[in-house]
Amino acid sequence: MNAYVGTPTSRIDGRAKVTGAAKYAGEFAADGLLHGFVVEATIARGRIARLDTSEALKVKGVIDVLTHEHRPPLADKDEAWKDEVAPEKGSPFRPLYDDRIKFNGQPIALVVAEDWETARFAATRVRVEYEQEAFATDLESERGKAAEVDQPHKPRGDAAAALTHAAIRHEADYVLPSEHHNPMELYATTAVWDGNGGLTVYDKTQGVQNVQKFLCSVFGKKPDEIRVISPYVGGAFGSGLRPQHQVVLATLAALALKRSVRVVLTRQQMYGLGFRPLTIERVALGAKPDGTLDAVTHEAIAVTSRFEDFSRNDTGWAEQLYKSPNSRYSHKLVRLDVSTPSDMRAPGAATGVCALECAMDELAVALKLDPVELRLRCYSDRDQSEGLPYTSKQLRECYARGAEAFGWSRRSPAPRSMRDGKELVGWGMATGVWEALQMPVAARIVLTANGHAEVSCAASDIGTGTYTIVAQVAADALGLPIENISVRLADSSLPQAPVEGGSWMAASSAHAVLGAAEEIRRELARYAKAMPASPLAGVDVPDIILLDGAVAKAADRSRSVSIADAMRHGQVERIEKEKLNEFPEDKSHARNTHSAVFAEVKVDEELGVIRVTRVVSAVAAGRILNTKTGRSQIMGSVVWGIGMALHEETVTDHRFGRIMNANIAEYHIPVNADVRDIDVIFVDEPDDRINQLGIKGLGEIGIVGVPAAIANAVYHATGKRIRRFPITLDKLLE
Amino acid sequence: MADMTIPERIPINLVVNGERRALEVVPWTTLLDALRDRLELTGTKKGCDHGQCGACTVLIDGRRVNSCLTLAVMKDGAEITTIEGLAGDGALHPLQQAFIDHDAFQCGYCTPGQICSAAGLVAEGRARDADEIRELMSGNLCRCGAYPNIVAAIEQAMSRS
Amino acid sequence: MNNFQYSRASDVADAIRLLAADPGAKLIAGGTNLIDLMKENVERPSRLIDISRLPLREVEETPDGGLRIGALVPNSDLAYHPLIEQRYPLLASAILAGASAQLRNMASVGGNLMQRTRCSYFYDTTTPCNKRSPGTGCSAMDGLNRNHAILGTSNSCIATNPSDMSVALAALGALVHIAGPSGLRTIALTDFHRLPEDKPHLDTNLGSGEIITAIELPPHGFARNYSYLKIRDRLSYAFALVSVAAALELEGNAIGEARLALGGVAHKPWRSLGAEAALRGQAATPDHFGRAADLLLQGATARSHNGFKIELARRAVVRTLMQATSATPQSQAHKKIA
Repeated sequence: MNAYVGTPTSRIDGRAKVTGAAKYAGEFAADGLLHGFVVEATIARGRIARLDTSEALKVKGVIDVLTHEHRPPLADKDEAWKDEVAPEKGSPFRPLYDDRIKFNGQPIALVVAEDWETARFAATRVRVEYEQEAFATDLESERGKAAEVDQPHKPRGDAAAALTHAAIRHEADYVLPSEHHNPMELYATTAVWDGNGGLTVYDKTQGVQNVQKFLCSVFGKKPDEIRVISPYVGGAFGSGLRPQHQVVLATLAALALKRSVRVVLTRQQMYGLGFRPLTIERVALGAKPDGTLDAVTHEAIAVTSRFEDFSRNDTGWAEQLYKSPNSRYSHKLVRLDVSTPSDMRAPGAATGVCALECAMDELAVALKLDPVELRLRCYSDRDQSEGLPYTSKQLRECYARGAEAFGWSRRSPAPRSMRDGKELVGWGMATGVWEALQMPVAARIVLTANGHAEVSCAASDIGTGTYTIVAQVAADALGLPIENISVRLADSSLPQAPVEGGSWMAASSAHAVLGAAEEIRRELARYAKAMPASPLAGVDVPDIILLDGAVAKAADRSRSVSIADAMRHGQVERIEKEKLNEFPEDKSHARNTHSAVFAEVKVDEELGVIRVTRVVSAVAAGRILNTKTGRSQIMGSVVWGIGMALHEETVTDHRFGRIMNANIAEYHIPVNADVRDIDVIFVDEPDDRINQLGIKGLGEIGIVGVPAAIANAVYHATGKRIRRFPITLDKLLE
Repeated sequence: MADMTIPERIPINLVVNGERRALEVVPWTTLLDALRDRLELTGTKKGCDHGQCGACTVLIDGRRVNSCLTLAVMKDGAEITTIEGLAGDGALHPLQQAFIDHDAFQCGYCTPGQICSAAGLVAEGRARDADEIRELMSGNLCRCGAYPNIVAAIEQAMSRS
Repeated sequence: MNNFQYSRASDVADAIRLLAADPGAKLIAGGTNLIDLMKENVERPSRLIDISRLPLREVEETPDGGLRIGALVPNSDLAYHPLIEQRYPLLASAILAGASAQLRNMASVGGNLMQRTRCSYFYDTTTPCNKRSPGTGCSAMDGLNRNHAILGTSNSCIATNPSDMSVALAALGALVHIAGPSGLRTIALTDFHRLPEDKPHLDTNLGSGEIITAIELPPHGFARNYSYLKIRDRLSYAFALVSVAAALELEGNAIGEARLALGGVAHKPWRSLGAEAALRGQAATPDHFGRAADLLLQGATARSHNGFKIELARRAVVRTLMQATSATPQSQAHKKIA
């Protein structure tokens, strides 16, 4: 019954995307559409002393300029501004709320005009005077002000004492810079005014229902007055989890002017949104000479804003990976005059595991042990923080399969011992780990007698392949060809879904579809059994399956009736079922995905130019719903890891508190020429405990471990240990 | 500067995907904005508006260019091919099919630019191996990281043309 | 972007007349840098004079055996022109090291010479910058200056010229043909761009009201022993940290003539006749190349973040000269550095 699940099925939205037919948030038309252009603050902290919009308003075609002094009402309680993924502590940013400037690049006015170019022009005519205040944007100079946050991992044993007495000890700081998501699509919202106070809001978001609830609460609207739609999302990677500035501004303008309004942020303005926070990771490992660990400590110090405490789990990943009797983890925050950081692909793990895995590599060097061997000696079959076994953990197999595919056994252990002409060759590896989460998601299936089904759910597809996997699961569960399945997603009026993030949507949406399909199966089975002279008479409902457009006995498929006949006899034209997914409550096992990443770099010995020539990523993530799109997700994550290792860094001039590479020419992400062979291996990992289909999710695991594997390879090539990312060639020349 | 006047609109003709389109544009309107906002051809994407990402790539008189750095008024009379006009009559261009076959995209936002750029690359005839494809496609960023699949898709389309 | 007027020049004389009539006017050809800067409000011309249709697209052989390249020849057409590929492959290689295929299709040769620095402070109108707003100060001097100049800097500016093509043109001894209100003139490419001194707002010695009509290449193209090596933060589509154009005339292993220019290190392509003279008559060895590099880099000074460029440039010069010597020029597509 698995014609599609587990196969390399092409994306069902592929045709729309390659023909330009797929419409993104800023591409929906509306009668009399107005265009908004954002004016941003140019100081890091202070207040607006004077905001003069008179000149801008004189520009022909300008309709209005919204500011904190000139706007419709906005909610005044923090609770109203807390979306479903807002940090627990703090006061969310409110665009155009008052005269306070909290970060450089903060939106302070919206010029609304009949066309975009006019709005952009008039925006240059908005005059602002500030009262500036002292500010700080530099984590390293403010490091002493770090305050510890609650974090989930309890200390075990006495790590400090164990470290002191350890035979071999490694301790170092690893610095992971701020990074910006830079999805290719600009943040955009088209708010379409319906003429009666209601709005249809096309928004670039990872969660339409999150945005819908947020807008209702911020603007005091009833749920039926605002509908949020986001059929295609041009990448997000976490940046679209929280409602962003432009959706507030477009909605504000539409309500103020009773017109449809589109607001598109510029690439530069997107640097005023969330970001992966700069983090200093201090890792200490104490080991016995045989390579088993005595102690692990990991302390992270990360940036947050003055107004919200954003923190993720950077530390504590060793609890999942490496057996150690003693451990201590802490996470500290430094509040700075910046926008609130946000989740960015594998938040916490991408940075924290990078530090841990670089440290493990350094420990392996100190122990004169092969890096894979060290990890096997420390291998933990349990999540030590709660002492739980895993629903499944095929990490050993990842090491084995990855090493074999890479040719790891041919590695010469000494740094600088492998070369290819003028290039030093380095082979490095690292482990990856992420959580296998699942969230409440509902799906609705409408089956019509012609054998077509429409599956709908509010979940987003941000490029992750949700459309396709939902169709695959539905096609298999309903026994229909995938061409007969249509999928509607990302409309707030559809059955419930949380934001698409944390790698939870595949498992969550698949099981919602499975649940709805199961109800359809039962109903069809009842109809089929009740038919006169039914070939299924006497067959128990659980023994009946849907296959090839028919209702059939599982053990004897010749005993079947067509879906059309069953429905005709049931006197129904359509069967509609909506189901919230159900997962067994099971706190007895830990749920994680794992990977082993092997990287080859070639480094020009004289010039320091680094090329990542090969990466093998062996991933254990339960059952892979779609090996084609799944492979792409891991491959793309590896590219992210290359960027993290070698290229990406948001650079701030702390004298101005201003990001100085707020573009995608000087903020380097990998280009095609930076990426060569990437081999993705999915390790077989049956898991009948985690959920019915054994699915874990792939969105984050692919990046975790990649930057460390590359950094370790650079060390192996050059003998230089660069602990401050990204590893640019100047650091190798120092 | 006190002058707030919007410059006069200038009438121009473009041949877009084989169809003659007459419009009046303010000189500051880029070809990209003219396509997206005036002609409702939103298949051409705006990813940076500064020539840094390639999402806006279209073919002008057969050559691939960044439409975000092209003033529409300067292209009066030019033939423009966008993703919507790459293939005829509901068919897929071999590159479009190859992109689907090789899963050469995820979010799809850079995809029209990648495909138009690849069409330009094939026409130029300068890419003879994978490294040359990589280099000559480096003006098209893909944040989903589909690069290896993009190269494979272009190789497929080149081998069949 | 500001509100500008648009005019289309009918011929070169018309362009010059239009420029004279409006002191705030600017010429536009490919527009790849100007439109970018206008969107940043760094450039705010009162008028754009469209010269893209002027008949300056020919590549012609000159009587002395050189080439005259019309100012409007697109960068890609020039790089792939058979005469350039055969006789001036250094220039072809440098052009292909820059920007992207799309931008090279748009950008003109003349416009390439006119492109402005990528200094992030120059681009950010909220920060002081002597080049953008004379007299406001240089933010890079004590700020983020990893990408900035190490040679020919002044107390008012440490910006670099971002062109790759110009580096090769400097090495090849190209000439720039200019038309203006007072007629035609020709200057050496190496005199076209200027050092910042106390007037960093002036990138070039092109007079107001003047227009570049052509680039002229001398007969000698160094087609056998040359290389263009560009070092940057990713493997393509990024500006140079350091780039080197090297060309040699070899008799056996002895150097007849040498040409050497650096990009990414100064306000203009950096060439030193002294360094080249020191190579003449020497054996083509790493030692001699190292000495030439030292001469070329004489007087290099670093700010807080760009010190690495001095040693990087030195090593890159030696390496590029070695590539030139062995007639194994750096490929711009195959990223392993030969």
